[in-house]
Amino acid sequence: MERRRKRRSGLIAAVSTVVLFTVLTAVIVTSDGWPEVRASFFSWDSFTASFPEILRAFKLNVQIFVVAEVCILVFAMLLAVARSSRSPVLFPVRVLATVYVDLFRGVPILLVLFLLGFGVPALRLDGVPSSPVFWATTSLVLAYSAYVSEVYRAGIESVHESQRAAARSLGLSNVQALRFVVLPQAVRRVIPPLLNDFISLQKDTALVGVIGPIEAAREAQIYASRTFNFTSYVAAAAIFLAITIPLTRMTDWLIGRQRERTGGTRVA
Amino acid sequence: MRASGIAWKLAGLTLAVALVAAACGGDDDDAGSATTDAAAASCDKADLTLVEDGTLTIGTDSPAFPPWFEDDDPANGQGFESAVAYAVADELGFTADEVTWTVVPFNNAFAPGEKDFDFDINQVSITDERAEAVDFSDGYYDVNQAIVGFSDSPAASATSIEDLQALKLGAQVGTTSLDFINEVIQPEQEPFVYNDNNAAKAALDAQQIDAVVLDLPTAFYVSAVEIEGTEVIGQFPPAGDAPEQFGMVFEKGNPLRDCVNQALASLEASGDLAAIQQEWLSDVVEAPVIPIDN
Repeated sequence: MERRRKRRSGLIAAVSTVVLFTVLTAVIVTSDGWPEVRASFFSWDSFTASFPEILRAFKLNVQIFVVAEVCILVFAMLLAVARSSRSPVLFPVRVLATVYVDLFRGVPILLVLFLLGFGVPALRLDGVPSSPVFWATTSLVLAYSAYVSEVYRAGIESVHESQRAAARSLGLSNVQALRFVVLPQAVRRVIPPLLNDFISLQKDTALVGVIGPIEAAREAQIYASRTFNFTSYVAAAAIFLAITIPLTRMTDWLIGRQRERTGGTRVA
Repeated sequence: MRASGIAWKLAGLTLAVALVAAACGGDDDDAGSATTDAAAASCDKADLTLVEDGTLTIGTDSPAFPPWFEDDDPANGQGFESAVAYAVADELGFTADEVTWTVVPFNNAFAPGEKDFDFDINQVSITDERAEAVDFSDGYYDVNQAIVGFSDSPAASATSIEDLQALKLGAQVGTTSLDFINEVIQPEQEPFVYNDNNAAKAALDAQQIDAVVLDLPTAFYVSAVEIEGTEVIGQFPPAGDAPEQFGMVFEKGNPLRDCVNQALASLEASGDLAAIQQEWLSDVVEAPVIPIDN
């Protein structure tokens, strides 16, 4: 009985998927503008012509992403711990951290990029790098740390107060309780939303093009404006997807595993 | 019970799709025949196929920059491209009142689908690759590339392509200037690319780049007005056999293109085009020429 029902839902899912996609394809392919759209967005010649250059430019996206991600993980943790501190002495630190998060979560990343990328080097301070790639990475770190620190903080606050009480009663100091009892549980709980933010960060590396460096999306734009053909954007999208889809699937898998571990019985 | 409900919904959806597909197929034929009829039409004002009857709808980007337009107002007839557009409109039989301008960002000018302009005039260089996506009018301006940098920088003393290769160069996205950097100058460092002149100016100020490559009239405007302390270091003669030319952009297959070409030809024959160029772009011949190996 159980098996039959499973097979039946599988069949329905398959039929519904096939029908939906057949219908969508039929509507798109038979539309008036389809030949034009296909030539402008899905030209195989343009795809193969633009792909190598975009892939080469994508290296810069990956470099920025990797460096920024490591910095964000560390910096955001410091921010979260600062905001979660309880000692009255640390009140100014809490205020600063709160103001920081409010500020960088509220300002569009594009503005941060322009301000830091063009503004700071224009001050011509000794020893301050003028490289746009450096400032692009810094902007992403500053902006994303604000988001990620809130994710961490949610994790920290989700650890029950009794855990801290138990740790203190065993003789651990406040700092030790945080380090050995609260943070390990907190971080494990927020891994899925953290990955979510990193998928978003991966895509936002495409913003750094506005201050000069040629990354994948900009390379695609250059090709498009040279040839008046948008296929290069599709090529860039494909490259981004090649990174973000595996990341997304991994996030789903982690969330599923966590639900199995902590949740109750699954309801169909 | 639940399963059969879904099955009914799916059946309904399939039917709906079949209907939509059939409807779309029907439209296709009508659109095709309309275009072929128009292709044979004359250039009498009444016979022209226009986006809006009785008016010539011309597109350009906003902001519209000098010396191509003045005061960001294409409709004032001032600036080279505005003046050319009104001269063409006049040749076609439109009074100034019968010309309307519409904002067309660079990318939209060549996006597929119906265009909301009769033609677009926006310093678009004619290339074979681009001509696969849109139709171009004949060229209305032969354009040279030029390079702008701070007068007190090492870039300012450059007199040859070799001098430029060591520099950090920038260009605006969507311009042939970037191709010029990559193909002709071939600098040691990858060039930087900006959305607009303002970003390029900021990068120059921040010393992230040494010089910007632009079309010559824009270069003059940028150095004289937009970025204080800069000068046109040099202009380059055409890289290939034929000069690079700006052309008006038409939807592929638009019969109006031939009429505009006729108008341009008669403006050129009468000397009016040269006079407009003299009026708005006269100061651009002064820049020193940096020779390139063809």
